[in-house]
Amino acid sequence: MAEFLMPSLGADMEAGTLVEWLKKPGDPVKRGEIIAVVETQKGAIEVECFEDGILDTYLIDLGTKVPVGTPLAMIRKEGEPSAAPRAAAPEPAAAAPAPGQEKPAEPAAEKPVSKPQPAAPAAPSVAAATPPGRLRITPAARRLAAEKGVDPATLTGSGPDGAIQLADVEAAEAGAAAPKAAPEPPKTTGGFNMDAMRDAIAAAMARSKRDIPHYYMSHRSDLTNAEAFIAERNAGKPPEERILIAALFVKAVAKALKKYKEFNGHYENGVFEQGESAHIGMAINIRGGGLVAPAIHDAQDLDLDAVMEKTRDLVARVRAGRFRAKELSDPTITVSSLGDRGVEAMFPIIYPPQVAIVGIGVPVVRPWVVDDTVVPRSTVTLTLAADHRVSDGHRGGLFLSAIDKNLQEPGKL
Amino acid sequence: MTDDEVETALREELHKIAPDMEIEDIDPLGDLREEFDIDSMDFLNLVSALSKRLGLPMPEEDYDEMGSYNAMFAYLKAHSG
Repeated sequence: MAEFLMPSLGADMEAGTLVEWLKKPGDPVKRGEIIAVVETQKGAIEVECFEDGILDTYLIDLGTKVPVGTPLAMIRKEGEPSAAPRAAAPEPAAAAPAPGQEKPAEPAAEKPVSKPQPAAPAAPSVAAATPPGRLRITPAARRLAAEKGVDPATLTGSGPDGAIQLADVEAAEAGAAAPKAAPEPPKTTGGFNMDAMRDAIAAAMARSKRDIPHYYMSHRSDLTNAEAFIAERNAGKPPEERILIAALFVKAVAKALKKYKEFNGHYENGVFEQGESAHIGMAINIRGGGLVAPAIHDAQDLDLDAVMEKTRDLVARVRAGRFRAKELSDPTITVSSLGDRGVEAMFPIIYPPQVAIVGIGVPVVRPWVVDDTVVPRSTVTLTLAADHRVSDGHRGGLFLSAIDKNLQEPGKL
Repeated sequence: MTDDEVETALREELHKIAPDMEIEDIDPLGDLREEFDIDSMDFLNLVSALSKRLGLPMPEEDYDEMGSYNAMFAYLKAHSG
């Protein structure tokens, strides 16, 4: 039996609210499958499961805000007996080994065991175990009702068998509070709470500026080859198969990281842990303000089309306000590109616990010397902010210059 | 395809990408990306959607002809016959 936990999505996250279950008790779950959605400062995050098995029991009611690391559900292995529902009394027959189970179950005396449960409705244990005549109400709903002074007997439950759930209490409470001054609704854009997001960005960036001794480098790179490569690659292709130059930037960084590994990883508790793979965080701005930087995983192993496809998918999901826990928590470096609007250079701030961030300005045409002649060339300014606790300017310069070299040979990316 | 149908397609696809913008509030001659605050990925998604919906190839080398709302409308009208 394994615990499915409220994930940590970065140093600035302390708690999250469970808002949706995508699997029911009894459903098989696979490693990497999304089984729940939690609401955080960064918006709605899809949380994936880390092992194969069967969702056994829910431990938390929908709408409950819990600290990072709190178990949300139990996941049992195939063939493992189900844990007894919390409130249900074990029946004598339940001690029999589950069908299809090879090893005998643990002694029933130590741990009540029941047959694997078929898919059960949400919060079944509590509602089902309530003796007749007593109010059917989930523990979280009862707690909230007591806290808010709502009499549960006056409520109509919307749960299984009419059980009163957290949402019912909240609705009643909201109704009671309505005649008073209604609280200003949080400012949201595309599923994001913008005030909370601003707080999250502020917390992470303040920590970065406080703890990380940044150093900065800048380098102008000729984009002629890269742009010609993209134009040729996209010619005659329908729009959905075209790639953007952003995909080249990601690949150029991933390739340079193979040699300059000290820019890829996390610095935590005084120790730098080098990333085994290049999970490149793509800084994506959100309409109305704010940004997130979810990861393109294993960018060194992806070809340009795959990087483009992942980028497209990430942008689409950021726009919809929905991405996965792993994408936000594990980038090992960030690439922040201004795209084609704005200014030619940026000096980005490292996102802790990462140790480097590469900035890419807006491409501009500048005089350039080629074979002793000044010619107009499309150029881009590459910048690097890196953590002096882990690397020095000498290596930083070589890393940035390696990215430039990679952009000169786009066919090899 | 009538002008109205083309304009409806353009308005609807722009609304999907920039739902917070009102067409009436933008400068139809201004830079499309500036007016709607859309980045290169949004623009590619807009072109993808219009290309599918109107059955036009909309090649990259024509992007210069799609610089403003009015230019995009004129381009779509001219090519969708």
